[in-house]
Amino acid sequence: MLSVKNIHANIDGREILKGINLDIKPGEVHAIMGPNGSGKSTLASVLAGREEYEVTEGAVSFLGKDLLELSTEDRAREGLFLAFQYPVEIPGVSTTNFIKAAVNEKRKYLGQEPLDAVAFLKMMKEKMALVEIDQRLLSRSINEGFSGGEKKRNEVFQMAMLEPKLAIMDETDSGLDIDALRIVANGINKLRSPDRAILLITHYQRLLDYIQPDYVHVLYNGRIVKSGTKELALELEEKGYDFITDEVDLAANQ
Amino acid sequence: MKEKPDTLEQAVLTEYKYGFVTDIDTDVIAKGLSENTIRLISNKKNEPEWMLDWRLKAYNHWLKLEEPKWSNVKYPIINYQDIIYYAAPKPKKQLNSLDEADPELLATFEKLGISLNEQKRLTGVAVDVVMDSVSIATSFKEQLSEIGVIFCSISEAIQLHPELVKKYLGSVVPMTDNYFAALNSAVFTDGSFCYIPKGVRCPMELSTYFRINTENAGQFERTLIIAEDESYVSYLEGCTAPMRDENQLHAAVVELVAHTKAEIKYSTVQNWYPGDKNGLGGIYNFVTKRGMCKGDHSKISWTQVETGSAITWKYPSVILKGDHSIGEFYSVAFTNNHQQADTGTKMIHLGKNTRSRIVSKGISAGHSQNSYRGLVRASKQATNARNYSQCDSLLLGDKCGAHTFPYIEVKNKTAIVEHEATTSKIGEDQLFYCKQRGIDAETAVALIVNGFAKEVMNQLPMEFAVEAQKLLAISMEGSVG
Amino acid sequence: MNNITYFKDQFEQLQEANPNDTIADLRQNGFDAFTKDGVPTYRDEDWKYTNVSSLFDKEYLIAENSTITLADVNTIRLPGYKQANELVFVNGRFIANLSTIRSGTTDLVVLPLEEAAKGEYKEIVAAHLNQSSNYLNDGIHALNTSFINGGVFVHVLKGKEPEHPVYCYHILDARQNPALAQPRSLVLADENSRLQITESYTTLGASDSFNNQVMEVVVKENAYVEYYKIQNDTANASQVSSTHIRQIGRSYVHTVTITLNGGIVRNNMNLVLDAAGNETHLYGLYLLKGKSHADNHTLIDNLKPNCFSNQLYKGIADDTSTAVFNGRIMVQPDAQKTNAYQSNKNILLSENATINTKPQLEIFADDVKCSHGCTIGQLDEEAMFYLRARGIPKESAEVLLLQAFAADIVDQIKPEPLRSYVSKLIYEHLAIQ
Repeated sequence: MLSVKNIHANIDGREILKGINLDIKPGEVHAIMGPNGSGKSTLASVLAGREEYEVTEGAVSFLGKDLLELSTEDRAREGLFLAFQYPVEIPGVSTTNFIKAAVNEKRKYLGQEPLDAVAFLKMMKEKMALVEIDQRLLSRSINEGFSGGEKKRNEVFQMAMLEPKLAIMDETDSGLDIDALRIVANGINKLRSPDRAILLITHYQRLLDYIQPDYVHVLYNGRIVKSGTKELALELEEKGYDFITDEVDLAANQ
Repeated sequence: MKEKPDTLEQAVLTEYKYGFVTDIDTDVIAKGLSENTIRLISNKKNEPEWMLDWRLKAYNHWLKLEEPKWSNVKYPIINYQDIIYYAAPKPKKQLNSLDEADPELLATFEKLGISLNEQKRLTGVAVDVVMDSVSIATSFKEQLSEIGVIFCSISEAIQLHPELVKKYLGSVVPMTDNYFAALNSAVFTDGSFCYIPKGVRCPMELSTYFRINTENAGQFERTLIIAEDESYVSYLEGCTAPMRDENQLHAAVVELVAHTKAEIKYSTVQNWYPGDKNGLGGIYNFVTKRGMCKGDHSKISWTQVETGSAITWKYPSVILKGDHSIGEFYSVAFTNNHQQADTGTKMIHLGKNTRSRIVSKGISAGHSQNSYRGLVRASKQATNARNYSQCDSLLLGDKCGAHTFPYIEVKNKTAIVEHEATTSKIGEDQLFYCKQRGIDAETAVALIVNGFAKEVMNQLPMEFAVEAQKLLAISMEGSVG
Repeated sequence: MNNITYFKDQFEQLQEANPNDTIADLRQNGFDAFTKDGVPTYRDEDWKYTNVSSLFDKEYLIAENSTITLADVNTIRLPGYKQANELVFVNGRFIANLSTIRSGTTDLVVLPLEEAAKGEYKEIVAAHLNQSSNYLNDGIHALNTSFINGGVFVHVLKGKEPEHPVYCYHILDARQNPALAQPRSLVLADENSRLQITESYTTLGASDSFNNQVMEVVVKENAYVEYYKIQNDTANASQVSSTHIRQIGRSYVHTVTITLNGGIVRNNMNLVLDAAGNETHLYGLYLLKGKSHADNHTLIDNLKPNCFSNQLYKGIADDTSTAVFNGRIMVQPDAQKTNAYQSNKNILLSENATINTKPQLEIFADDVKCSHGCTIGQLDEEAMFYLRARGIPKESAEVLLLQAFAADIVDQIKPEPLRSYVSKLIYEHLAIQ
């Protein structure tokens, strides 16, 4: 589904990604872990098409298309979803209106008729129940005055509504207490399906207690330096990042 | 007419009966302004002597005034001798079908969701609609008169209710108030008159839409609304359709009087011709609007959505004379291409415990200049006066300007006045967030702008709000990217 | 106005006495502009709230020879003076023999303006003197320019950080007649230099005084400038004090203006941000009593991208005083990524005092973040009640809260001796009922 080949990316002339390779198949859950500043969020931004980042080398194919050739909105319409680490506030625009616009833009792109009010409402009710989100939250201005947990839940709700092929969850666990984390993780688990892949980006192992990944990759200094199964995450939890990063630094110095 | 259609919808469905309405007075007097012009206008309107005297007084005062220069707008010198001051009523160019109408105009109607029949009426296709809207207006009038509400043209009021007109005309905006008010006082041709008697809550939104001769009242409109004790009225001004008017200069005066515990809500959606993309043509909209909260516990609320006119220069104001009176001003001003808007409000606190609130949202795009100018004054007697003002500006594009000029004058030590203003462009982060959800830039900007303006839009009556929202989206077209 | 003729006579005398002066043409232009524009009235938007006509109906004596002595100067020195370069102006003229320059000439150059305009600094003076007239184009500024005589040129040399700050004492001798002073100074903080400059004002005697001052400061690349203005003169002392600072290289400027006493006091604080990446902080405090009228006009003109400015002006108006704040932020088309903040907070203490405030944003660039806010109100009643409930009498509680209100600004005075001094002045000013 997603094939990342030797991606290098800069911001303000500084190289952050230094050759990333990654293959994700439908139904798989991958976790990318790494210390702060390793390039995790950059990878998410590059895949979603944030313009500040310049891809200098490499290729990304998504569902057989050249992802890097697509505009941000077309990537979204093709089924790439990014759950933001810091979802922005848009004053005066309710989540309901916002997501309605998004759903219908996607349908238009796919050559489908826009949903009428009734069908849209029905869909919303279903997804609300699925991810345990309150109606009241959806009628408020998007993310404005939301708590950390509410923002993340709102992201998962939008993911449910947009039914992506690939969902990238950028530090979705950051800033959440254990109860909020559990609700958010439950939501994501319910959205797992054989034709949907999920890429979890996280600093901590604890999210992976709730969402079991198929593969775990360690990102360090712009490269994936180690890949493995979920046991790798446990090992990281136990020994810290140092046991890998020291190894890498040592190798680099030799 | 014997049978009165119940609704406009029915009215426009009725058969085209009379062909052209030919009994329209096509009188046009010569260009220019002099005492004779005014005598002529007054004479044509068959006005009483006192009205003519009033006009002449205003004219003589106007001669002594200089055109104001302080606003943040630039326009070529207006030659006041090159204007036709009496051309009413002017027949519209008759079209045989909508096919003959300006396609750009029709496209706009389409987007606004204006019905086909309504489109015909606005472009002047079906003349019978105009006739029938007269009858509708009449039917409303009857309904209103049963509860004592007077709603008619100001010309009619001068004939039928001279005592009210004499008492209130110029009582809020004196003829000597400013250059354009003086000019209007001298030469106004028509406008609305509303009188809400004591204790009456006007059961419907009064609107210029239903008024006879709306189309021709344009250039120097004069509106007077009086709400007696404990009455309420909501008045809608203007038309959301983009009327192409060849009058360059519009200098209207609106006066509101709210007596004890009365409330007047005045909503405007202004979408006059803004000129073309290069800034050619368009209306100069120089308006004086002022309300007087005369009685205790009275309230006046102005809401405006301004997207039209080449130049807008208006400051709907409230004089808070009665104790515990409330003044409100909610405004969205959108400027695009080469439009210039200098708009805002004045809240003059005179009474005790008076309150005012100002919410102004300015959006600038293209090469336009958008200024908020507001005055909040707490006079010495205005014990416990409170004002809160919020002025936000949003910039779309790097050729436009957004300016804020609040004047705050406080002479009472118990007054509390707060003003906040921000200016920013649409955040890159907001745009990226929208795009990541599959929403393209233009839709995203429309979404964000409507969100930005929501607090004001919410003040509009429902059906008006929907149209205003669409209007905003249309005005914004081409301003992104 | 009958003293316009008087100014004309004085001007002609000055020109005749200094025919070969390189500044003579500048003065002539100034006087032509003054003759044309005259004294501003409330019809001029910039003078809407401040009427200066009363300052122009007096017979001032422009004293050639001052009788001010070092003993007089001793009475007005500011704390920290032993470490400072002290520049003394009497009736607007720089008096070298009353001044003390402690910094070496390799760090700091202080010269009479006329001398600087002729010699080594000729080009610098020609390039920078009277740039302020592009912004301050009223008759009052023009009047100062027409009487440039006896001014001073201060230059901090490239890469120098003089350890001694600069103190400017403006003495107006109104012991016999009303005094008029029109000091003019040009200050240049060269590349990588550092300058701290403080101005204070003293009127001697009971007659009226009018100080029409213009100081132009040019700040070059990587320079750091602190500027303090302390106004605590007599109730008869009026002034129009214009400080025009141009940051022509990426630099840092920090200013604090304190106004406690005076007649009509108008401060123009202009910042022209003419280089990318400038940073500017403006602070002001006005605590007015009696009939004082203080008008603080600030202007920040953002000409280049990526500049940051922050302004906080706070004021209290008591008795029959009037406080005016007019803060103008302009963002020109090239000044993308400007961040400009402004806040003005006022407390009205008396039935007969007035506060007028007019913050303005004029923005011609789109990628900006600008905001202004202003409030006019009273002392926090909750806080008052809290203090009184703890047994503090009303008067003391009031002084305490007002001091706290003022502290935000006083804390911005970085040198300790001046900060303590101003703090003490404020306490005394507030405590005297």
